[in-house]
Amino acid sequence: MTPVIELENLGVRFGRHQVLKQLTGSFSGRSIGLLGPNGAGKTTLLHCLLGFHRPSEGTARILGKDILEDGTEIRGQIGYMPERDAFVAGMSAVRLTRLMGELSGLPPQEALERAHEALFYVGLNEARYRKLESYSLGMKQMAKLAQAIVHGPRLLFLDEPTNGLDPPHRNRMIKLIQEIRDSGEANIVISSHLLRDVEECCDEVLILKEGEIATYCNLEEERKANLRFIEIETQRGNAAFAEAVGNLGCEVAVLSDRKIKTVLPENVRIRDLYQVAADQNMQVRRLDYKRDSLQDIFLKAMGVSHGGL
Amino acid sequence: MAVYERRYSPYKGTVTPRNTRFLVLPAYSYKEILSSKMFLVFLAVWGVWTLLILPILIYLPHNLGFLENFGLDPEMVRDVFNYDGKFFFGWFMVPSMTVAFLAALVVGPALVSADLRNNGLPLYLARPFGRWEYVLGKSAVMLILLSAITWIPGLFLFAFQSYMEGWDWFSSNLGVAAGIFFTSWIWIIQLCVISLALSAYLKWKPVARLSLILIFIIMPRIGDVINLILSTSWGSVMDLLQMTGIIATRMFGIAARSSVPLPVAWLSLIVFCAVCIGVMSKKVRAYEVVKS
Repeated sequence: MTPVIELENLGVRFGRHQVLKQLTGSFSGRSIGLLGPNGAGKTTLLHCLLGFHRPSEGTARILGKDILEDGTEIRGQIGYMPERDAFVAGMSAVRLTRLMGELSGLPPQEALERAHEALFYVGLNEARYRKLESYSLGMKQMAKLAQAIVHGPRLLFLDEPTNGLDPPHRNRMIKLIQEIRDSGEANIVISSHLLRDVEECCDEVLILKEGEIATYCNLEEERKANLRFIEIETQRGNAAFAEAVGNLGCEVAVLSDRKIKTVLPENVRIRDLYQVAADQNMQVRRLDYKRDSLQDIFLKAMGVSHGGL
Repeated sequence: MAVYERRYSPYKGTVTPRNTRFLVLPAYSYKEILSSKMFLVFLAVWGVWTLLILPILIYLPHNLGFLENFGLDPEMVRDVFNYDGKFFFGWFMVPSMTVAFLAALVVGPALVSADLRNNGLPLYLARPFGRWEYVLGKSAVMLILLSAITWIPGLFLFAFQSYMEGWDWFSSNLGVAAGIFFTSWIWIIQLCVISLALSAYLKWKPVARLSLILIFIIMPRIGDVINLILSTSWGSVMDLLQMTGIIATRMFGIAARSSVPLPVAWLSLIVFCAVCIGVMSKKVRAYEVVKS
């Protein structure tokens, strides 16, 4: 299967400032998240892939095509939803979406039909005839998504899609992204600094820090691998209990006086932990599968200590 | 992706040819421009002048009997209207350039500013549509409109006069047709690049409009001041209208009033247009990058 995005020593420099530094990797997920703090280079990476900025070194391939050689062809298969407000003053949503469809190569009549469909799909319904400058922030975000999908692209770049949205609008946006992802008709790249959005929508995550890849993480595999992480909370001090669990062959970390985190080897079952607790007359208050959350992964990548294993 | 289905679906139909896709922009712009009744009236008045009044003026001396019915002396009419380069320059070219300027004033400043002001440009450029296609599309709005105001009716009038006068007049006045065509294009290109550059640079329609007026009114005055202080005529190179006039009068075979040499007039216009293209090249980008 052709990877969605392949980066090959990709670097971008603005003047003396190196914004992206030799990014290398191959990503094939249905939905790829770009995470990182502000200024990490997420938006610059998207812009570079779209051909807005020319790489100062290296190259990248999207759906098997080189961004330097086949830029126009690539953009024909991409839908882009920018981060900032982006519209043409004086135009209604349906007119703008139709215009964008036509510029992507749709014949006028097809573009008009699909503009109506896309705007209905994102929930703008009758508001689609209103001028864009009269829209609320949530409606503008939906209009941006509609113009990005009007031509039915194979790959969607969504830059901070839930920025500034209230909870109902955010839920609606996340649901739409999940629907598009699950349709299997388009791959999605989401750039965001909101961990929750990425966790809900993505199965691969690329964490950027100061223009470099800090971590790559396949969330699906991470979820499976982390099934044997257990967090146990006991009623009282647990030093002896931790030692006994360790004697079972488990790796143990004491998180606090009453909490331990352990990794179960293949031959140890949950039942064995309860047995150890019973033997020590220790009351177990809580026992959780404790996988690394995206937040844990992100904080690790940022080099912030958070305790634990 | 039917409206009632509400699901995402890819597009699998035919696509339009890429090399003519820039024409989508003028098509959308004209819908907007021609929705203004004021502008339609303005164009209609110009249409009456070029397609009715001037053809009548050309026709009448060829139907002397008709004039005699009204008690007019046909020879007097012939003396008044000598159909040469001077007639076409004075009765058609100068008014058409003025009307083209007014049309550019209405249409030009709004073309790019509306997209840049609200960060609309990334929406265009994230598609299989490049920066220069965008500029070409926006320029096409001006080029088509101003052509319809200047050289197209101009050549129609020339053809009509040639038809009335015959082959001899046509062959001896071909320079007039060339003058109409080339002077119009010099003026159209100037107006197009200046108004697009102002629209891109200032991003605000009223200010861009005012600046377009200032370029054609204030800059010549600054040139006059330079001429006065330095006792020279080189300050006139800032007067774009005068520079165009020097080139146009030469094409129409009329004596030029300015002392600025013809190559300098050309150079002045070329430099000014190059600066405007440079401004557009810098401003018409998906995102401006501030380099440290």
